[in-house]
This record gives sequence, structure tokens and C-alpha cells, in this order.
Amino acid sequence: MSQPIIEFKNVQKRFGDTTIFDDFSFKVEENEIVSIIGPSGSGKSTLLRILMTLEGIDGGYINVAGESLWHMLWNDRYVPASNKHLHKMREQLGMVFQHFNLFPHMTVKRNITEAPMRVKGLSRQDAEESAEALLELVGLADKAESYPNDLSGGQKQRVGIARALAMRPAILLLDEITSALDPELVDEVLDVIRNLAKEQSFTMLLVTHEMYFAREISDRVCFFDKGKIVEEGVPEDIFSAPREERTQAFLNAYLGQ
Amino acid sequence: MEFGEIVSVLLQGAIVTIKIVAMALPLAAFMAFTFGLVRLYAPAPFKQLSILYIEFFRGTSALIQLYWIYFVLPFFGLSIDAMTAGVIALGLNIGAYGTEVVRGAIQAVPKGQYEASVALNFTSSQRLLRIILPQALVNMIPPFGNLAIELVKATSLVSLITIADLTFKAKSLADMTLQVGEIFVVVLVLYFAMAQCLSLFFRYLEKRLSRGLGRGGMN
Amino acid sequence: MIELNWDWTFVWQVLPMILSAAKVTLLATFLGSLLAICVGLIFALLRRGSSKTVRVTVYWLMEFIRSTPLLVQIFFLYYVMPEFGLSMSPLMTGVIALGVHYGAYLSEVFRSGIEGVDKGQWEASRALNLTSFDTYKDIILPQAIRPMIPATGNYIIAMFKETPQLSAITLLEMLQVAKIIGSENFRYLEPFTLVGILYLVFSVLAAYGIHQIEKRFPKEGFSLK
Ligand SMILES: Nc1ncnc2c1ncn2[C@@H]1O[C@H](COP(=O)(O)OP(=O)(O)OP(=O)(O)O)[C@@H](O)[C@H]1O
Ligand SMILES: [Mg+2]
Repeated sequence: MSQPIIEFKNVQKRFGDTTIFDDFSFKVEENEIVSIIGPSGSGKSTLLRILMTLEGIDGGYINVAGESLWHMLWNDRYVPASNKHLHKMREQLGMVFQHFNLFPHMTVKRNITEAPMRVKGLSRQDAEESAEALLELVGLADKAESYPNDLSGGQKQRVGIARALAMRPAILLLDEITSALDPELVDEVLDVIRNLAKEQSFTMLLVTHEMYFAREISDRVCFFDKGKIVEEGVPEDIFSAPREERTQAFLNAYLGQ
Repeated sequence: MEFGEIVSVLLQGAIVTIKIVAMALPLAAFMAFTFGLVRLYAPAPFKQLSILYIEFFRGTSALIQLYWIYFVLPFFGLSIDAMTAGVIALGLNIGAYGTEVVRGAIQAVPKGQYEASVALNFTSSQRLLRIILPQALVNMIPPFGNLAIELVKATSLVSLITIADLTFKAKSLADMTLQVGEIFVVVLVLYFAMAQCLSLFFRYLEKRLSRGLGRGGMN
Repeated sequence: MIELNWDWTFVWQVLPMILSAAKVTLLATFLGSLLAICVGLIFALLRRGSSKTVRVTVYWLMEFIRSTPLLVQIFFLYYVMPEFGLSMSPLMTGVIALGVHYGAYLSEVFRSGIEGVDKGQWEASRALNLTSFDTYKDIILPQAIRPMIPATGNYIIAMFKETPQLSAITLLEMLQVAKIIGSENFRYLEPFTLVGILYLVFSVLAAYGIHQIEKRFPKEGFSLK
């Protein structure tokens, strides 16, 4: 088996006095789709935010595509990563946010083309062609010139997905991307992810409260509690025959049985 | 004196007032952005310097600053003419208030915007210039409009260091003639008109810049 | 060549004079604040009155007062009032100018403070058949005051910092005294710097005082005796 694309080794993370992760280890294989479920405050978002370099770590190592994320080699020693190193590492990663975080002062098209042009140096023409293809993919070809504020929540989130994909990340991080949406808008967003998942050319790490969706698209489901993976396995096992009591209790509460 | 004559003398003064505003406003904006950004992003000693500037200019009054620059600086061998002293004092004074506007407006941009720009791998200067500032600018317009009006009002202080602005002309006319009522009504109306023009201009600017930003809510 | 360095003997010589002028500055600020609060309250209530003409007139009057320079307003009172047979001392003139100018600012604070009180309070008072005077006095104002304190305090500090403008009509406040000392001794450095420092010190003290006052007021309002 090849080397994992994401690897956490004995990671520690604290916010002041509260410890979120203590000696946390975790792996994701290339092109694997992993769902993370678990109660509020268990550290799910923190995990994704650490990978996206939005939060630092207090101990341990993280490897992404074979390179250390938060450290770099300097005179044969590992030292905290420089901005330049982080910039390079972020090329592998893309994130879709719960609250969309679209740029309100840019049209939908600019939202998608800005980073490829400024960061990857794509020509305007290439960036716009790829943006149009992505908008087609998320079913918003007709909204290219709209501003985010004129879109529904579901449409905003589909733009959010297109924007992240435009950077061609190897790893896509999705943090509760449907939690801020009205129930009737959830499916249009999940459909986009379903189609992406079929291609199987991505590594996806998603935090979700949509259990049926997690069951349907994941290769593996991890149940998180208090900064630890309590139980993990293929969706069938986790959802139909959870071994741990805490997993059972959580799923019962969630699925209402 | 005929009313027409009074008005024409006062208009000359008004032009001087407008000139001072036109010179002090860019200085104030420059100070506001420089020190506002320093206060937010620069290393500690520069931050302290910026705080010192803000606290000093907001803690004492514009007239004292004006006198200090006009009367005290020459003692250090820095002789400057009244006009320059006026522009510098007012620019620095209003700029200190503007610093807080810049800072507040930048801080008011939702954190998610910063996070999205990190996730898209923008460099830190791209984040600031392309994502954060364009949005913050819209928040700054209304308070900047108020500060511009405060600046117009504060220009009247330069009459006290012998610059022949609107207030100076009014006072010298009032000392010369007996039509004090007319003079001051015209002067007040002129100042009011300038303030209203600025206020309309900034409202227009706000509308233009907030394209796409309206309605608020989550993006 | 004039000496460049700071002269402590000169400082000790002029400090008492400047400090005694501080009394005038503080008196003008105190009286000006009282007047500003009255004017602000009256304007605020007029702007909530039933007559639209009054509301619109008061709005534009306040807009006018706020967007024209205090210094011109001071001169206006100083030159024009005597025309109507009203001769006032520089202090009186200054207090009125400060009071009216800052009253216009405070009326906005008071108005939004009053409007910030829950609508249900008005409805409940009506249900209890209170007169509108009693409603203001016993129900609305006691709840509105605490949130208004910081903004009111800031305007009073701002007013304090504008008192040097009263030197223009020969009031012997700190700056005027410093200026006279400076021109008599051909040395402006120490007097103007001292005045600047004193303003800074008073402003900081006042800001602290206002914070203390705010803390004293209970959050849930209080009842007037
Ligand atoms: N910036 C921060 N400062 C302090 N504490 C934080 C910060 N961010 C997160 N936390 C705390 O860390 C813990 C884990 O937060 P996290 O957001 O990862 O939880 P989560 O599993 O995503 O929960 P949810 O399902 O509610 O999104 C929580 O207790 C939270 O309060
Ligand atoms: Mg979360």
C-alpha cells in the first residue's frame, strides 16, 4: 500500500487550558473519502482547520503528501514552518466552509477565478474557462455575473465548492457544508458532492451531520468524541453494527431511534 | 457695506477654507491608513508608536496642536508658514481619529473572509489588498464622511493663526462693519453648504462602493 | 539664538498661572455640560413629539448646529447678541455656545437611548394608564440612562477639549493664559506643552470617572425618588 496522503502523529492541540487533541493519530489514504461524525465540541472542525493551516498545533507531526505540514527541514532539523512552506503546502488543500465565506464584493465568476489567477498565475482566459466548466458542474452556469448576496444559500455553497475546486486541490476539506442551509436546499449541494465522489480522484475529508449522506458516499466513517476517534470503519459497520456504546448512543440520538 | 460686497469677501475666505480642506484631507487619509494598518499588523514597537500618535492627538485638542506646531516648532529651528502649520495640524488631528475608523472597519470584516483567503492560498498582502480592504473600505465611508465634516469645521481654527479663511474674513468684516447679523448668517450657511456637499458626496460614494455588498448576512 | 532645551525654572514659574486658569476651563466645561444635557433632552423629546413640522424643523436645526464650526458659533454669539441688547461675559457666551453645540450632539444620543428601551415598556405604561410625563420619568428614562452614559461622557470630554476655542473671545482659560505667557517671555514651548499635558491628564481622568459612573448605575435601571 502506498503512503497515506494525510497522517497525524501524536498531535496535540490546546486552546488555552482546554486540550482538544492529546496524542492524536490519524491517517487518510489517497483518494479515500472519510466522513467524520460526532458530538458538538469534539474537535471535528479543529481537525480540518489544522489541516487548512488555520490553526497551529502544540505538539506532534502532521504529514501531507509525504511532507511535514507544520514543520520544515532546516539544517537537518525540523523547525516550525515558515509562511513560504505553508504556502507551498496549501497547494494540496482546499476547503469548503459551513458559512460559505464567499467574497461579497466579487461576482461569482471573480470569486472562482481570483485565486487561480493571482495565486497560480493562470491567464484570465484559462481561469475563466475553467470557472465556466466548474459552474456548469455545480449547475450555476447562468449565475456567473451575479453577486453572492443575490444567491440562495444552496447556490452560495455550490459556488463555494466550485471556488475550492478551481485551485485543483488533491485534498478537499468540507466542514458541515449543509448545516447553514434550509432543509430543502441541502440536496442540491449534496448532489454536487455525490458526483465528485463518483469520480474517485479526490481525497475528501468531510465533517457532517447528514448520516445518510455519510453512509452513502464514504469509504470510511470515523466517530469522534472528546478529541479521540472512538470508532472507525466502513459505513455499513458503523451505522448498522456500532461496537462502542458511545457510538450507539450518538447514532440513536441522531437517527431518532 | 453692500450685501453683495460682503458675500464676495466671504466667498474669497471660503475658497481658502476649501483649499485647506483639500490639502489636509489627503494627509489625514494617509495618516489614517498608515497608522491604522501599523496598529493592526506591524510589530510591537511600531504598534506602540501608532498608539502614542493616536492617544496624543485625540487626547489634546486641535487648537493646542495647531498652536504648538505654529508657535513652538520655530523654537526648534523649524519655521513653517501658517498655512503649512494649519494643514499639518488638522491633517494629523483628523488622521488620528481616522486611524480608529480604519482599524474598526478592518476588524469588522468577518473572520470567515480571512479564512477563505488563507484556504485559497492568497499571500498576506493579497489577502489584505484584494479581500479585506475592499470590504472594509465600504464600512469606512460613512465615518470618513463625518470626519471630513469635522475637518471642515476644524479649519475655522486656522483663522486664529492669521490665515484669511472664511472665519477670519467674517471676523474682520464684523470688526469693520455693523452688519454682524448678516455676515454671520452668510458664514454659517456657507459652512453648512460645504458640509452638506461632503455629506452627499460620501453617501454617493457609499452607494457606488457597496455594489454587491448590500443586504449583508452570510456569504 | 533662542534656547532649545526645556527650562524647568520657567515651568515652575508658569505652572501656577496655568493651573489657576484651569479653574475657568473646568467651570466652562461643567456649565456647558449642564446646558448641553438640558438642550439635548429638550431636542430629543421634541424630535419624538407629535407635530411633524416641529420634528423636521428640530432635525434640520440640529443638523445645522452640528455641521457648522463651534468657533463661528462662538463669534456669532459674541458679535450678534449685543445687537439684540444682550451683552454677555465671555464665559457666559462660551457656555451657551458649548451647551447648544454639544446639546445638538447629545440629542442624538438621548433619542437613540430612549428608542432603545423596549417597545413593550410603552405599551405596559399605557395599559397602566400612566401619563406620558410619568412614563418618561418613571419608566423610560431610568432604563435609558445607563446605556447613554458612555456616549454622553465622550461628548463631554470632546467639549472639554474644545474649550481652548473660547480664548478667541478673550476668555482667560488655559490656552489663552499660556499664549499670553508665551508672547511676554518669547517662549512658547513650556506653556503650550504644559497645557497639552494638562488636557491629556484631565481627559484620561474624566474617561476613568465616566467609566466609574457607568458602573454605579444598575443594569436594570433604577427609580427616581
Ligand atoms: N479559537 C478557539 N478558541 C478557544 N476555543 C476554541 C476555539 N475554537 C474551538 N474551540 C473549542 O474547541 C472545542 C472543539 O471545537 P470544534 O469547533 O473543533 O468542535 P466541533 O466538533 O467542530 O463541534 P461542532 O459540531 O459544534 O462544529 C470546542 O470546545 C470549542 O469551544
Ligand atoms: Mg464544527
